[in-house]
Amino acid sequence: MSLIKKYIVDIRLIVFISALLGIQLDINTVLAESLEEKGFNLAARSDRSDRGFGDSETEMTMILRNAAGKSASRTLRFTTLEVPDESIGDKSLILFSTPRDIEGTALLSHAKMLAPDNQWLYLPALKRVKRISSKNKSGPFVGSEFAFEDFTASELNKFKYSYLKQEVCENLTCDVIERTPLYDNSGYTKQIAWVDSTDYQLRKIEFYDRKGSLLKELIFEDYRIYEEKYWRPHRLVMKNLQTKKSSDLVYGEYKFKVGLTDIDFVKGRLPGLR
Amino acid sequence: MKDSSCLILKFLLLGLIGLYALIGTDNTIADNQELDIRGNVAFQLRGFTQDALWADQNSSDVESSISGEWEVRWRSEDNSQRVSFIPFARWDENDDKRSHFDLREAYWAYKNGEIELLFGVNRIFWGVTESVHLVDVINQTDLVEDLDQEDKLGQPMISLALQKDWGLLSFYLLPYFRERSFPGVNGRLRAESPVDADNAKYESGNKRKHLDFALRYSHYFGDIDLGLHYFNGTNRDPRLGVGANNSDVVLNYDQIEQIGLDLQYTRGSWLWKLESFVRDGYEESFFASIAGFEYTFYQVFEGAGDVGVLLEYQYDNRSSYEAATSADNDVFIGARWVLNNMQDGSILAGVVVDNKTSEAFYSIEAESRLKEDVVLELQVRLIAHSEPGESFHPFSRDNYIQLQINRFF
Repeated sequence: MSLIKKYIVDIRLIVFISALLGIQLDINTVLAESLEEKGFNLAARSDRSDRGFGDSETEMTMILRNAAGKSASRTLRFTTLEVPDESIGDKSLILFSTPRDIEGTALLSHAKMLAPDNQWLYLPALKRVKRISSKNKSGPFVGSEFAFEDFTASELNKFKYSYLKQEVCENLTCDVIERTPLYDNSGYTKQIAWVDSTDYQLRKIEFYDRKGSLLKELIFEDYRIYEEKYWRPHRLVMKNLQTKKSSDLVYGEYKFKVGLTDIDFVKGRLPGLR
Repeated sequence: MKDSSCLILKFLLLGLIGLYALIGTDNTIADNQELDIRGNVAFQLRGFTQDALWADQNSSDVESSISGEWEVRWRSEDNSQRVSFIPFARWDENDDKRSHFDLREAYWAYKNGEIELLFGVNRIFWGVTESVHLVDVINQTDLVEDLDQEDKLGQPMISLALQKDWGLLSFYLLPYFRERSFPGVNGRLRAESPVDADNAKYESGNKRKHLDFALRYSHYFGDIDLGLHYFNGTNRDPRLGVGANNSDVVLNYDQIEQIGLDLQYTRGSWLWKLESFVRDGYEESFFASIAGFEYTFYQVFEGAGDVGVLLEYQYDNRSSYEAATSADNDVFIGARWVLNNMQDGSILAGVVVDNKTSEAFYSIEAESRLKEDVVLELQVRLIAHSEPGESFHPFSRDNYIQLQINRFF
């Protein structure tokens, strides 16, 4: 209901402005287009603010908490190689260092847009590289509240957008955009994203499950700027509102342009990572 | 002799435990430095459900064992060089052959762009299937560790790997042969006559020092991962013969030549797998293949866990002149349940059934993390419908349940 009201407010505003400008509008078509376009443009502005980072490397700690307050942690190294072509996704490599029994386990991903990603898992006990299915987008990543798609689906063209409204978020102003996954096997019917209008960074995402109910809430904290250009959050807090479990991702310092190339993101190099 | 080797093992294990005590769980020495020291110690308890079948086998139903693995890794600052040193040791209460020491890895590797050169002892895995690792021919099996043949002895080698955008090409020179480990007279899971491991026979006059050679190409094309290999050298699988005194089993290590392939097609929830080789063996050329799939049901029972269903068919047309295999006309059916919980719990259960003799080998493997550095493993191995003369009959009274606790440091 409230969503419809917000749309109506926007419609009124646009009709009013159009009237002021003396423009004749076919309200229905232009309106639909403009909300989608505006949503896409805002998302694109956010996505493109990151362009040219080249490659990056960071260490992170993932802390998992259940409803009873019990916790466990994993530490991992996360490296990314930017693929400039917006129709192809980036390449990424996750290497676990704790818990110690999974030390050396690695996940290599070549992200695609709408086609399934290519993923390989390296199992150090057998020194085995295994191509794995990337269909499991909605599955939990190493037992956390983050799904695989929460890591790999930040690409612009993986979603359809619609602009909702602008509102205050903490001490900033945020554009609120609804985004609907275009790729198959998502666990979400939609996501509502808050993007600030100063630095164009994500501040919060709400995830709606396949039944359309609010499932999770992700807060991005501790943004720091690198090379006067690239913003990175250093703390992500994902709360599952249905199970009361939560997962935090705490990032260390990022290193940019460490000289990584395609050859560092091939399956043949996985056994030699450590 | 036996006593002294046992003593050495105990000493090594004590050394490992001592090292662990020194380093403790606080790994600050290792973190943020180029030198990384880790490892684990494990306590294993096997409970056999029946008395032993053969004379001299230990009569105790419960067998305990301790193992330790120490991992020392070094990497140069510019990432171009790395060194790995991984000694492993096990002490077994009953079987002095299962008490053993091995260097799993001890190598130096140098990388420059597309080229990587490696000198020393290493472990290499090839293949895609689950129930048999047909094309995984570089390393010798450390059979006393586990019947599943997934534990391997370190292989001395010089290898050169060339990573191009069209794939990975690897050359291996293998100058020294490792003999397979077998249980001793007192050990369970052995044939009627114990293996005379000290008097193996070789087809090559150079014996263990025959220079083996292998070549492999691997890459992926869209949804297909492909591996091709060539191997020329000493067969890792021994052909069993009768010894001079007619009581012990003698191992014959033949010269073989083979080409093979491994292929996986990954589509949606399906992994389709194939491994094949053609081998010029001792007396003849023969063909072996394993084909099957893994289908995964994600987030089953509305929960976080995944259930995978596995089916594989094992085929091999070798005659009895060649080194024996049990995987000649067998079907493997299995299921893997990955819980995706905080403790990373998982269960893999399966059975291999011989289509002709209907003997069956059941296996269950489960594990869960108890706390940050402690993992508990459960293993069950059962043999059913096995008649004298069939592959698994010598072990048919060696059904066991095993509990293992691993402490990582």
